[in-house]
Amino acid sequence: MNGREQLIAIKAILWKEVLRFSRLWVQTILPPMISTALYFVIFGRLIGSQIHDLNGFHYMDYIVPGLILMAVITNSYGNVVASFYSSKFQRHIEEMLVSPLPNYLIMIGFVGGGLARGIAVGGAVTLVSLFFTVIPLHNLFIAISVLLLTSTLFSLAGLINAIYATSFDDITVIPTFVLTPLTYLGGVFYTVTMLPPFWQHISMANPILYMVNAFRYGLLGVSDVNLNVAFIAIIAFNVVFFWYALNLLNRGYGVRT
Amino acid sequence: MPTALSIQNLSKVYQNGVIALQGIDLTVEQGDFFALLGPNGAGKSTTIGIISSLVNKSAGKVAVFGHDLDHDLAAAKASIGLVPQEYNFNQFEPVIEILASQAGYYGIPRPLALERAELYLNQLGLWDKRLEHARNLSGGMKRRLMIARALVHEPRLLILDEPTAGVDIEIRHSMWNFLREINEAGTTIILTTHYLEEAEQLCRNIAIINNGRIVENTSMRELLSRMDTHTLVLDLLHPLAQAPALPGFSTSLPDEHTLEVVVSGHSSITQLFMALALQNIEIGSLRNKTNRLEELFIRLIGNKGEDA
Ligand SMILES: Nc1ncnc2c1ncn2[C@@H]1O[C@H](COP(=O)(O)OP(=O)(O)OP(=O)(O)O)[C@@H](O)[C@H]1O
Ligand SMILES: [Mg+2]
Repeated sequence: MNGREQLIAIKAILWKEVLRFSRLWVQTILPPMISTALYFVIFGRLIGSQIHDLNGFHYMDYIVPGLILMAVITNSYGNVVASFYSSKFQRHIEEMLVSPLPNYLIMIGFVGGGLARGIAVGGAVTLVSLFFTVIPLHNLFIAISVLLLTSTLFSLAGLINAIYATSFDDITVIPTFVLTPLTYLGGVFYTVTMLPPFWQHISMANPILYMVNAFRYGLLGVSDVNLNVAFIAIIAFNVVFFWYALNLLNRGYGVRT
Repeated sequence: MPTALSIQNLSKVYQNGVIALQGIDLTVEQGDFFALLGPNGAGKSTTIGIISSLVNKSAGKVAVFGHDLDHDLAAAKASIGLVPQEYNFNQFEPVIEILASQAGYYGIPRPLALERAELYLNQLGLWDKRLEHARNLSGGMKRRLMIARALVHEPRLLILDEPTAGVDIEIRHSMWNFLREINEAGTTIILTTHYLEEAEQLCRNIAIINNGRIVENTSMRELLSRMDTHTLVLDLLHPLAQAPALPGFSTSLPDEHTLEVVVSGHSSITQLFMALALQNIEIGSLRNKTNRLEELFIRLIGNKGEDA
C-alpha cells in the first residue's frame, strides 16, 4: 500500500473505533465523569476538609491530576482490550487480516482508538473537575505529553492483553488484579513521602507513580519523582510495549491458526 | 500471463496435531470458474484459509496472480476477495459501514467505497438493509452481505466458501446469475459447495479433495463424460408385479409404481422406450436417480478416500 492508501486505511480503523465508543458513551464516557464527581463530593467536601494540605495544595486539588490520569489509564486500556478482543471473538478481525493492511497499521489504528477514548475521557473528567475547583496549569507541554504518552502506553498494554486473551475473563483479570492496585498505589491519593521508607522504595518500582507525578507536575508544578526519570521510563515502556505488541501481531498470535 | 492461483505441495498440520492438508497441488487459470469439492473435514476451508492468509501453512508454496504469499503478501491479498464459510461480521455494525470500512482497509477512499457499497448492495438485494445492524439480517442476507463485502475492493480472484449454505432456492438462483455475470466480466472464481448441482451448473473446472489430498482435478466436462452408467427412475401409470425384462438394460422394481433402469453411456433411450412400449408399460414421468456429479463424487470419495 502506498502512503495515501495507508492514510485512508488508518482513517477507516480510527473512524470505526471512535464510532464504537461514542455509540456506547453511556458505558464509556459517562461512568468516569460520575465517579470523578463522587470523588469530589467525598474527598473534596466531606473527607478532604479534614485532611491537611499536601505540598501546599488543598487535598482535593492535589489529587485532581491523579484522578484525571487514572480515568485516562483505565479507559485507554479498556477501550483497546474490549475492542480488539471482541473483534477476535466475533472474528471480524479477519476483515483486517485478509486486507493488505500491514500489522503496524492495525496496531496504530487500535491504539489510536484507545488514545482517542483516553483524550475524550480525560477531557470529560477535566470538565467535571472544573465545576468543583480551579485546576492550575503549570506546564502545558509536560501535562499534554504525559497524558498522551500514558494513554498510548495503556492502549498498547490493552492490546497485548487482548491478543493473549482467550475468554472474557482474561480481559478483566489484568485490569482488576494489576491495573487497579497499581493505580491506587501509584500516588493518586497521596504523596509517597507520607509512606514509611520501605514502602517508598517499593512504590518507586511502580511505573504508574511516575506518570501520575509527572502529570501532577504539569498541572500543579509539584512531583514526588524526578521528571527526567519519569519521561525516560514512560518512553521506554512505550517502546518496549510497541515492539512487543507488533511482534505478537506479526506472528499472528491468537488470530491466525 | 500468470495463473490466478498456483499451489504447490501445500500442507497444513494444526497445532492440535490434525493433519488437514497433505501436500496438495492446484492451479486455477485466470477467468476460470473453479469448484473445490470434498466431504466435511476434507481440507477445503483450510486451503482457502491459507490462500487468504488467515491460516499459516506448514509447508508449500502459494502464489496469487504470480504474487508469492511469502514474498509479496500485500499484492496477493489485494487481489483476493474472500467469502468465508462462517459469518465474521461485527454484529453491531450497520451494513453500509461494514462495506465502507472493509474498503478502507484496502486504501479505497470513503466516497468511492460508498459508491461501490451502493452498487453491490443493490445487486445483491440488500440496499434496503443498509442501515441495519448485521445481527438483524437473516442467514441468507448475511451470506449476500459477505459477497458484497468481498467485492468492494474489486478483487480479481473471488473465493467463496459455501456461499449458498442455507440460502433459499430463489436467492440461490439469483446468486448463481450474479456470480456468472461477474465471472463473465473477468473475475476468477473459486467456489466450494456441498450442492453438487451448483458446481455442475456453474463451474468449468473442478478439484475434489479428500483427507487433505486432491483425488481429482480436471474439467467438469471431462469428469461428467466419465460417467459410464446412470440410473433413470420411471414412474409407472399402472402398477407392475415384477420388474420387466428389457433387452440391453438392467431393471429393478423398488415398489409397484416405480421402475429403475440402469442406462449405460452409449445405449439409446429411444430403444428403452420402444422396449417399454412393446410391453405396454406406460410411463408418467422420469428423472435421474441422483445428480450425475453426485454419483461420481460418491464413487471418487469412496474409492480413493480409503487408502488415504
Ligand atoms: N482451527 C483448527 N484447529 C484444529 N483443527 C482444525 C482447525 N480448523 C480445521 N481443523 C481440522 O482440519 C480438517 C480440515 O478442516 P476444514 O475446515 O479445512 O474442512 P472443510 O473441507 O472445509 O470441511 P467442511 O465441508 O465441513 O467445511 C478437519 O479435520 C478439521 O477438524
Ligand atoms: Mg469448510
